[in-house]
Amino acid sequence: MTASPITTTDADALAADPPQGRIWMVRDSWTEATRHLKALPRNPELLVFAALQPIMFVVLFVYVFGGSINVPGYASYKQYVVPGIFAQTVLFGSIYTGLGIAEDLSKGFVDRLRSLPMVSSAVLVGRTMSDVVRNALSFTVMMIVAFVVGFRFEGSLLGAAEATLLLFLFAYAFSWVQAYTGLVAGSAEAVNSIAFLWMFVATFISSAFVAPENMPSWLQPIAEHNPVTIVTNASRALYNGRDPGSDPFVALAWAAGITIVFATLSVRRYRTTTGK
Amino acid sequence: MTSANGRRNESRPAVEAHGLVKRFGTTQALRGVDLTVDRATVLGVLGPNGAGKTTAVRILTTLLKPDGGTAFIDGVDVVKDPRRARARIGLTGQYAAVDERLTGYENLVHVGRLFHMSTKEARARGTELLERFDLTTAASRVASTYSGGMRRRLDIAMSLIGRPSVLFLDEPTTGLDPRSRNAMWDLIDELVQGGMTTLLTTQYLEEADRLAHTIAVIDHGVVIERGTPEELKRRVGGERIDVLVANVDDLPKVHDALVGFACGEPHYERAGRRVVIPVEDVRGVVPQVVRRLDEAGIEVEDVGVRQSTLDDVFFALTGHAAEGEDGVTRADERKTA
Repeated sequence: MTASPITTTDADALAADPPQGRIWMVRDSWTEATRHLKALPRNPELLVFAALQPIMFVVLFVYVFGGSINVPGYASYKQYVVPGIFAQTVLFGSIYTGLGIAEDLSKGFVDRLRSLPMVSSAVLVGRTMSDVVRNALSFTVMMIVAFVVGFRFEGSLLGAAEATLLLFLFAYAFSWVQAYTGLVAGSAEAVNSIAFLWMFVATFISSAFVAPENMPSWLQPIAEHNPVTIVTNASRALYNGRDPGSDPFVALAWAAGITIVFATLSVRRYRTTTGK
Repeated sequence: MTSANGRRNESRPAVEAHGLVKRFGTTQALRGVDLTVDRATVLGVLGPNGAGKTTAVRILTTLLKPDGGTAFIDGVDVVKDPRRARARIGLTGQYAAVDERLTGYENLVHVGRLFHMSTKEARARGTELLERFDLTTAASRVASTYSGGMRRRLDIAMSLIGRPSVLFLDEPTTGLDPRSRNAMWDLIDELVQGGMTTLLTTQYLEEADRLAHTIAVIDHGVVIERGTPEELKRRVGGERIDVLVANVDDLPKVHDALVGFACGEPHYERAGRRVVIPVEDVRGVVPQVVRRLDEAGIEVEDVGVRQSTLDDVFFALTGHAAEGEDGVTRADERKTA
């Protein structure tokens, strides 16, 4: 400790009013996003795991199950299942948003942030935006692996770009679901158990890996209206150069709806949440 | 009210809270708490676990909304105008709230940015605080590698980066080893000498005595006593003489023999065959006590002198021992700690 007293006296207290306006929403969100982006390369285990999981799924479904699964309308199961694995991976990747928020909450960091004169929703916006970057990294690895095992874009590059964008909007929407889960659950363990439960149901009762036509008749309507099915069908058609019909628009509507509902719920919840 | 440019209003205390009420379900956490902190002073809020200390701090720092009552920081209403109140406070909670993935320096600059400083200003202020809090050599290490004491120091530095007019310290030494606790006391002393207005909560009388100008004793959601440490000790007795007798039937005799030395009501612990006598100043008293007990023909096993503890304060003020939420007294907890 230095000998002189620490001068944080009233005399130089800032005590100015916090600035108002939309621009601070953007700046505070960016400041919070950089907090997570700086930390990203410091946890290589997490990145390796994020990359490893989709690789395992590609290998499992293409080589292990692929020979035994026939889907109507696709000669190559590879071309059918890879977009499904994409959808599953971005959905599962959204859990990091919930885990991160739960950790900030349980360690008292949310209390600190809530006592600052920042725009409060920026904490959640910054977190979900930085998770888009994480998702993009994991998506890139997955795309490379898919090409290595022989997956190809059979339509236009524009169609493939549209499919990819759709998957990202979908991932962003589910990031908000996880954000809300994180705020309500309050611990990483609780987020894990809650999220894995519904994520498994949502991805396996969908068209991600198999055709819903082959499911029992009572399960079919659930699988067909599952948003995971809709986004998978839309991006699958676009990657394969087929007519996706109205699926891209329905998928967009789902993404927008989920984002609006869960962002509203999350921001409201955040404003009254305290740690332990 | 504050002037138009939002600077502090010098004519009002830095913190004013009146009649704060807060319920959690059926639990009444606060039942009408009044607290005032004058500028450049330290208020120590003293009480056992579950007394409502943290709830009061959370209301004053805008984290919780009260069910009743009002609270102002620099004349700014914390309920109606939370963002303006937040610009005036620094909060260090019970758990060092640092981002473990970032370095000490990055943590400071981050919070500075969220106080809407320019990057340049936040960096300069961060560097300055690292130096003053003796963290310069650890500045570029991630906070997960810091010791408990270093985390607390970084935590307090983060609370000061926005140059708050009031610093809230919620149990700043809970969970620290004695050496880190002493270092933390020195650090808080230094802040206070620099003129920092501070509200600190604690379970330790010794801590409140050492750091606070004024103490508010809180129990079951109400302030049961307030005053300077000296006033409080005068009421409660600064020190304690413990007399351990061989025969439990002698306890009333000990009481009668020694009541003249007491500055408060002595009390017995029958099971412990012990009489506790509060005295203001223990100097020169022990030989007289021993002589008096001898004259009265009481067989004594031990006579000891000790500092007043939180239990003594509570006994003197309420007639019962300080109990936590679980009904465990502080003394029990210290024994097992």
